[in-house]
Amino acid sequence: MIHLAYLLPLLPLSGAFVLGIFGRRLGEPLAGWLGTATVLGSFVVACIEFAALLARHAPGSRSVTQVLWRWIPVGGFQVHVGLLVDPLSMTMVLFVTGISALIHLYSIGYMHGDRDFTKFFVYLNLFVGSMLLLVLGSNMLVTFVGWEGVGACSYWLISFWFERDSAASAGKKAFIYNRVGDVGFLLAMFLVFDKVGSLDYHVVFAHLSAFDPASRTAVVLLLFLAAAGKSAQLPLFPWLADAMEGPTPVSALIHAATMVTAGVYLMCRFNPMLSGAHDAQLVVASVGAATAFVAASIGATQHDIKKVLAYSTVSQLGYMFLAIGVGAYEAAIFLMLAHAFYKGLLFLGAGSVIHAMHDEQDLRRMGNLRRYMKLTAVTFGTAWLAIAGIPPLAGFWAKGDVLDNAFASNKALWAIGLVTAALTAYYLSRLMAMAFFGDERWHDLFATSAGSHGPAAAGSAAVGSQMPGSTMHAPAASGSPPSGAAVPAPLMHGSSPPQHAAGQPHEGPWVMGVPLVVLAFLAFFGGALNLPWHPSWDPLGWLAPVFGSRLYDAHQSAATLWLLGVADTVMALIGIGTALPLWTRQVDRPKLEPVFLLRAWYLDAAIDLVVSRGGQLLARFTGAVVEPKVVDGAVTGTVRLTGALGAGLRRVQTGFVRQYALGVVLGMVALLAYMISRTWM
Amino acid sequence: MSAPPGITELAAAAAKLAIPHIDYLSVLPIMVMLGGAVVILGWSSLLRRPMDSGWVTSLTVLTASATLILSLFQWGAVLAHGAHTHIDGAIVQDGFSAFVSVLVSCIVLVSAVIADSWLRREGVDGPEFQVLLLLSAAGAMTMGVANDLIVVFLGLELLSIPLYVLAALNARRAESGEAALKYFVLGGFSSAIFVYGIALVYGATGTTDLPQIADYLARNVLLHDGLLLAGLALLLVGFGFKVAAVPFHLWAPDVYQGSPTPATGFMAAVAKVGGFAALLRVFVSSFHLLQNDWRPPVWVLACITLVFGAVVALWQRDVKRMLAYSSINHAGFVLLGLQAASNRGVAASLYYLFVYSFMVIGTFGVVSVVGGRGDRRHSLEAYRGLGARQPWLAGALTILLLAQAGVPFTTGFVAKLEVISAAVHAGSTDLAVVAMVSAAVAAFFYLRVAVLMYAPSGAGSEHALDGLGIDPAGATGSSGPSMPAEAPVLVARGEAGSVGVPATVVSPAPGAVDETIPAGVAFGVGLCVAVTVVFGIWPETLTSFAQHATLLLRP
Repeated sequence: MIHLAYLLPLLPLSGAFVLGIFGRRLGEPLAGWLGTATVLGSFVVACIEFAALLARHAPGSRSVTQVLWRWIPVGGFQVHVGLLVDPLSMTMVLFVTGISALIHLYSIGYMHGDRDFTKFFVYLNLFVGSMLLLVLGSNMLVTFVGWEGVGACSYWLISFWFERDSAASAGKKAFIYNRVGDVGFLLAMFLVFDKVGSLDYHVVFAHLSAFDPASRTAVVLLLFLAAAGKSAQLPLFPWLADAMEGPTPVSALIHAATMVTAGVYLMCRFNPMLSGAHDAQLVVASVGAATAFVAASIGATQHDIKKVLAYSTVSQLGYMFLAIGVGAYEAAIFLMLAHAFYKGLLFLGAGSVIHAMHDEQDLRRMGNLRRYMKLTAVTFGTAWLAIAGIPPLAGFWAKGDVLDNAFASNKALWAIGLVTAALTAYYLSRLMAMAFFGDERWHDLFATSAGSHGPAAAGSAAVGSQMPGSTMHAPAASGSPPSGAAVPAPLMHGSSPPQHAAGQPHEGPWVMGVPLVVLAFLAFFGGALNLPWHPSWDPLGWLAPVFGSRLYDAHQSAATLWLLGVADTVMALIGIGTALPLWTRQVDRPKLEPVFLLRAWYLDAAIDLVVSRGGQLLARFTGAVVEPKVVDGAVTGTVRLTGALGAGLRRVQTGFVRQYALGVVLGMVALLAYMISRTWM
Repeated sequence: MSAPPGITELAAAAAKLAIPHIDYLSVLPIMVMLGGAVVILGWSSLLRRPMDSGWVTSLTVLTASATLILSLFQWGAVLAHGAHTHIDGAIVQDGFSAFVSVLVSCIVLVSAVIADSWLRREGVDGPEFQVLLLLSAAGAMTMGVANDLIVVFLGLELLSIPLYVLAALNARRAESGEAALKYFVLGGFSSAIFVYGIALVYGATGTTDLPQIADYLARNVLLHDGLLLAGLALLLVGFGFKVAAVPFHLWAPDVYQGSPTPATGFMAAVAKVGGFAALLRVFVSSFHLLQNDWRPPVWVLACITLVFGAVVALWQRDVKRMLAYSSINHAGFVLLGLQAASNRGVAASLYYLFVYSFMVIGTFGVVSVVGGRGDRRHSLEAYRGLGARQPWLAGALTILLLAQAGVPFTTGFVAKLEVISAAVHAGSTDLAVVAMVSAAVAAFFYLRVAVLMYAPSGAGSEHALDGLGIDPAGATGSSGPSMPAEAPVLVARGEAGSVGVPATVVSPAPGAVDETIPAGVAFGVGLCVAVTVVFGIWPETLTSFAQHATLLLRP
């Protein structure tokens, strides 16, 4: 059964191919269903593969490389297109396909009525296919192809509504930040090939002795640069917040299942190399902890519901890198799984809210939504408690696992992690309070949307939020039979039943509800994957062949574990207990939202100052000096040279046979002269 | 009246003439090719009216398919039993020859399918085109199996003479006749040089048999090898002419431009395959010991061919002419493999020829559609906005052009990589650098067409091109005033011939451009694109095919 692995990336990729060609003909719901079906098919294959892998018991037999074809056979440089099926990649594949399938399903409802409905699914399928290629690649180059594919798709998807300037520039920003990381990946690849002469994971990890400590540290740090770009770690995280410009399912896909987990996967894949490089490990752990704290502090002040979640993702990823840095790869994967469940849920829930609020994303204009959106409120609430770390939900176990390992390894980093845990509980409770509890602050949205929507858009803009639907969907509206003199632009996600114009938020269609329920279930019980109590209950232990033995089992007594668990819970309760009273009744508290945090520690501005201004200065210098003198000189020189050459040579072509014959004769004479000169010498 | 005295002696002498045993199985693919031509010609001569072109094409495709299958059988036989010589050493059956036979069969197959609709459109239906296609292909296959310089020459002529006629086939266009005449005169000229080269080699070694030449060179040290080297030089001239290497290329731009477009594609592919097959075999396996003498001049030839082809192509406004220079550039790349004078170089050259053939036939297939009725819309301007008018056609052409430029994930990239790495392996790094620079220059004119196709065409409507007053014939170089549209009689004839192939001859309005894609072209070009992309992503099958296509005498 293992040999079916090639189907995993192939299904979504072929889905993208078919949709790319026939998508327009398939039309609206059908294209979405096809896209969903291919990813679901991948998920089924993943389950089969998983079962097949589980059925193997012999040690070492759970790592299978499937070589599909020889790709680049150039002398000593042999690269195969191969898939590596082992516990790590299968874990990734299972949750990537599973979550992606749910998000595809959800998108059918969310993107309903969008002008580029089919194109959206083309990108979405391509995204998932690339991610699977990344995860399954048996060598660095195949992984890199997936890596780049994911980067390109994220660019297309984030700037999906590219008519909007902010979306277009957010896409560019994501792409450029990722490129910075890609440089790290490329350099790491060159270095590895230089030392080992192969890019195959098996070969590289079998020849770790070929690396001296310095080059090993260099490889790990370069890979970490790549991972930091893709997984939004300090200082490369600003793109992830801007990436919220994409449609909400894209945010969910990027944050929960694909893209950002790629960096975590990469570091986990390189765990044999990482484990010996202590300096690099410390760097990874410190950056992870710092990112977790910084991002959580920013998330505590944002007004845009998706921005809060974005920084929350960055913060959680920081936890994962903290775990990787202290050598607890299993804990990182566990947190990644749990995070995929509840963050996917949070984003889809946020999508439901935004959908219901006519594309309003500002928390200050929401409130008391639990009365109108029961399903969303309940599922969202589950995710809230899960990520806050309330036992027995998944987040408690996953985050606890990370913190326990950090405690065993580095107390300072653990302390940062613990404080961040309280912050995490705080910012999500704040979000919860502002969106689902408190006063209903959204009535003017609905009051105006029934009439002329112009003031609504203006009012909304005044709050500082974007209206995704308002401009994009206008062409689609004019294309469809007009239902009245004026089609209210914010209503363009037209699945809404007519009564909602009467001024109430409402739930989305069932395709949007099902993923919520499934994910809520997973977010609740996902912790069962790795309960610390009993050694015989150890589902995640199957990752052991990839990661080696576990760290904290050996060091921690049961009493310490209990104590740490209680500390986590207390922190979570402190966070929740602070936030709920503060933010339920009053949403305008500038003192709690210092500009420093609102502006994300001025990181964006700093990068802008250094990179962008510096780049501009450099550009001005090159524009004034280098370009006209050096480059232009060379280019125009080449142009003139080839031009003169071509113009001269062209004259040879006179059209007269006698002159052509003369050319042949001249060539012949030259050849003869040369040959005869050889005999004389 | 007494019988002439010598006749009995003559008869006795004739009986003593050693007629070699002919193993017909070994030449069966060539015989089928020729037989197909004879059958089509004979059958059509028995008919009262011109033979339906659908039938002719079907028969041609059938013949080519049969040849393809036979060639594959020969390939299997070579793999199973090793290489052999037949007919008293005149021809050889080895991996190399089987590869060439397979390739030539494919060329005929694709060319015949693509040419079909062109023949109807231009009203030159009748069996001649396809018959000449088969005859010429038989010549190319003969060059592939030739194990004797005389047989090489036989193949060369069998390859060339039908090509001269193919060039002239569109009798309504003055350029067509002009192209044929130039090709014929220069071809005859170079053939004479080639034969003289054979004579000199025979004079120096006492044999024309290729293995015996190698044997002779291995056994003897020539103190005065001027004769042999001069012969070698003349052979190189003859081959260089056939494959259009600079400075023997001068015929190519005029002939490519003047010939009927599908014939150009076929000519560009088959002449290079045949010419290079024999060139590689003769130089790499027979004159291997003289490689210190012939590698430097081939180095120079390759170098100027690469540079000249790329640089002059930049200046062409006529697409067919541009493609002619582009194919000169390609010839330079194949010469890289020859210059390496190694098994690896031979394999790389074969691979290059294989993928080049599909790319060039597909490209000319698209050009033949864009050319429109009268086959004269070949200026670059005709391609402006093609992406909007005919997205499939433009997409196919884009892929084929990118492949010719050597973009990764196409066969063109792998092919260039292989020849360049063969050259580097053989120590000709300088030549490899020249090749890469020329590829970079060449990328410009390929991409220019690609960009032009997706550039907005003026007002953006389908008829904008005509509205802009672009004279389709304006840039076709030496042509006179554009000719009037075809006579209605021909239109009717074209329609009558269609079996399952849409008749595209009926143009909707005077002056409007008919760029609809006939089924045959769609199939043929689609096949070329598929080969280009599929073997670009999975190069292994084809590269190992080429690597196993070894010569009987390996260096």
